Amino acid sequence: MSTVIQHPSAQHPSAAKTETTPVAMIEGYNFAYLDEQTKRMIRRAILKAVAVPGYQVPFGSREMPLPYGWGTGGIQVTAAVIGPDDTLKVIDQGADDTTNAVNIRRFFAKTAGVATTEKTADASIIQTRHRIPEKPLTEEQILVYQVPIPEPLRQLEARETETRKMHALEEYGVMHVSLYEDIATFGRITRSYNYPVKVADRYVMAPSPIPKFDNPKMNRMPALQLFGAGREKRIYAVPPYTKVESLDFEDHPFTIESWEENCALCGATDSYLDEVVIDDKGGKMFVCSDSDYCQERREAGHVGDGGPPHTESDGR
Amino acid sequence: MYVAVKGGEQAIENSQKLLAEERRGDTGVPELSLDQIREQMALAVDRVMTEGSLYDPELAALAIKQACGDLQEAIFLLRAYRTTLPRFGVSEPIDTGHMAIRRRISATYKDLPGGQVLGPSFDYTHRLLDFALAAGDTRPVADIAEQAVDSGMPRVTDILNHEGLVEVEEPESDDTPVFDLTRESPRYPADRPARLQNLARGDEGFLLALGYSTQRGFGNNHPFAGEIRLGEVAVEFAPEELGFPIEIGEITVTECQMINQFKGSASQPPQFTRGYGLTFGHCERKAMSMALVDRALRAEEFGEPVEAPAQDEEFVMAHSDNVEASGFVQHLKLPHYVDFQAELVTVRALRKQAFAAAEVNPVSDAAE
Amino acid sequence: MTQTVGIRPGFSDPVMGAQRSFRAVLDAMSRPGVIRSTSTGNPPPVPLSEATAAICLGLVDHDTPLWLAPAFDRPEVTAFLRFHCGCAIIDRPADAAFAITTGADLPPLGDFALGDDAYPEHSTTVIVQVDGLGTDGGLTLSGPGIETTHRLTVEGVRAGLWDDWAANRELFPRGVDLILVHGAKLAALPRTVAVDTPKED
Repeated sequence: MSTVIQHPSAQHPSAAKTETTPVAMIEGYNFAYLDEQTKRMIRRAILKAVAVPGYQVPFGSREMPLPYGWGTGGIQVTAAVIGPDDTLKVIDQGADDTTNAVNIRRFFAKTAGVATTEKTADASIIQTRHRIPEKPLTEEQILVYQVPIPEPLRQLEARETETRKMHALEEYGVMHVSLYEDIATFGRITRSYNYPVKVADRYVMAPSPIPKFDNPKMNRMPALQLFGAGREKRIYAVPPYTKVESLDFEDHPFTIESWEENCALCGATDSYLDEVVIDDKGGKMFVCSDSDYCQERREAGHVGDGGPPHTESDGR
Repeated sequence: MYVAVKGGEQAIENSQKLLAEERRGDTGVPELSLDQIREQMALAVDRVMTEGSLYDPELAALAIKQACGDLQEAIFLLRAYRTTLPRFGVSEPIDTGHMAIRRRISATYKDLPGGQVLGPSFDYTHRLLDFALAAGDTRPVADIAEQAVDSGMPRVTDILNHEGLVEVEEPESDDTPVFDLTRESPRYPADRPARLQNLARGDEGFLLALGYSTQRGFGNNHPFAGEIRLGEVAVEFAPEELGFPIEIGEITVTECQMINQFKGSASQPPQFTRGYGLTFGHCERKAMSMALVDRALRAEEFGEPVEAPAQDEEFVMAHSDNVEASGFVQHLKLPHYVDFQAELVTVRALRKQAFAAAEVNPVSDAAE
Repeated sequence: MTQTVGIRPGFSDPVMGAQRSFRAVLDAMSRPGVIRSTSTGNPPPVPLSEATAAICLGLVDHDTPLWLAPAFDRPEVTAFLRFHCGCAIIDRPADAAFAITTGADLPPLGDFALGDDAYPEHSTTVIVQVDGLGTDGGLTLSGPGIETTHRLTVEGVRAGLWDDWAANRELFPRGVDLILVHGAKLAALPRTVAVDTPKED
């Protein structure tokens, strides 16, 4: 007997059907909240970041009306990039309906009045925390990452004065030693997220705390990837079609997570899965972390072992 | 403009309604007015203005009310508002030598020109709960001194200066651009203006603990409270089109100059060195802590070893700001289940490997 | 204000105009050799091209010193840029955050700010007005932002520029970035891009 569960995003009563709530724009603030001078400063930093792929450009990060650590870097990048013709999607942990994603989408709906969407394919700008959507992104899209600690070497060397020198000299021995120590101790690299990458054969870069499952998607991605770290005051970028390699060793090649299970709702075998605890006796199920991907598959008729078939009343 | 929203949106709205209700508390109790907060919670207002980097008692009072008295939250509110304000330019330096003094004490001289002025202070109160205050409706009146406070009130460091006993601080030329920590990313090594800006915005508790640590031997710097003064100073601004400064208002500040023994080095004679603290309003503990940490951060300048946390510029500057610290500590309550899932996969794999190893070699650690 | 008489207007809509101009530049910088277009919606003073004016009004301000090649050092142009951007106009290209020049007058790239290895962003972005831009041949571009190769035709640049560019690329992560402009059209060459010139017959 299989337990019937719904995707976490479908558990809230109001999520059972399509609902549109008006969000009024707030008065007294500039388009997308930031003043024009600040936007120019951020835009210049973004252009430099694109010109020097993987290098962290310092910028005069502003105090935003949301807390540091909650996406202020991504928000500032999005605010500097977004225009009235854009359609914005915001995800946290792969899902559009996590409270922080909702809150940031609400912020831009209030301050920029732009169209928002939950469909990956319909978005021109996707702001994300901790995931890259499963659906391949296109040249027409910009992916904006929220970054807590932009410095990939920070856990190994706390001082900015030192890490800056390491990047300048392309001296990444400390990182290789750290990864190799892992292999020597555990027989494998134990980093499972925020797994360091090398961009265009030059800079070692933090991909932000995405699971290493997502790292291969960064390589030669057709979309522009922008990274904003508000508290740490850094912006960096990966231009489209740019080589992004996960650091590894010849005898210990990079691997990604895999599951024996499929998504219980849509049956996907190729997506990143969230573990959902269903009772207090160790029962668990696995469902897609990317809620849009899962929904789209279910709409196309795919059904997992634990999910009910898609019906018309299943809203997004 | 319409956007599709669901689920979380309603939860957020409900949470905010609950917060508003709890903020108000029992409606049988009269609601706090901003005037009451500004007048009767003045030290809270001063702290919020200082660490919020915005001199506006009215808005600070509003922030305190909105934050239900959580001062760090109030500081955050004021900072977020400050970001949106246009920046017209840089004021003339305020002159604390021409302060309208309300309080001025020195620990280094029993008597000095201008005298010691205790002013309003908790210093010599007995910390006994005052139940008369609980009853309310108090209207205390302080006596007015028979003679006015001296108008000439030289700073203790200026007095020491006459003998060449204290290091001279030369103001930078007016042409030197003023670094603004709120508009530029700090660079390390930072200079003293950047450090002082950081300390002025820094969390009082953090600076207090760091200052205290220097007294307990973690970067000892032999401080004396040369002078602490509180009072009003004029703020002047020179608009581009006028070309000369005009007074635009008056602010209350607390200034602390710590003086520290220095045995001299190859290039400098033995003399006293300075640590400087300045705050909006009356924030004496903060000003003193700031002065201690400022001096500690000058260790390298005086050829002293940099060993203690309070002497470590990058450590202090990167961690002093409570809006940054609070945000990042509290972001841990945001969902991390994708990363956690990644860790689960890794830990399970490591366990499987460890147990497999234990079966091959049962005396290994994993079998215990 | 009497001093504004004679200064041509900037963006018809400053907020959205700056945003659109930035996106055109961002797209061009992200996909070297791809041609985009931008303008302020108002004719700029001669000899500024429409795209040059839109780029400057969108990105240049009092935090970014600007250097002008002699052809642009004219009262209508400097007044226009000072008024709309509030920028300092400076004498030394090595101190410039932005520079405007023609392709014929483009100084040696090493004359501009190149940044340093610790802070490679402290370099000049050079706006180069050329006599023509097209995608039908000429140069072959490769590097980050380009799937395989992009073709770009650039008319009216001085001799030796592409050798100079190869040397600039060797400096990576230091180096200048170019924005090539013709009328309202623009294409960008970030310091990462490799430029192959057609083989001489």
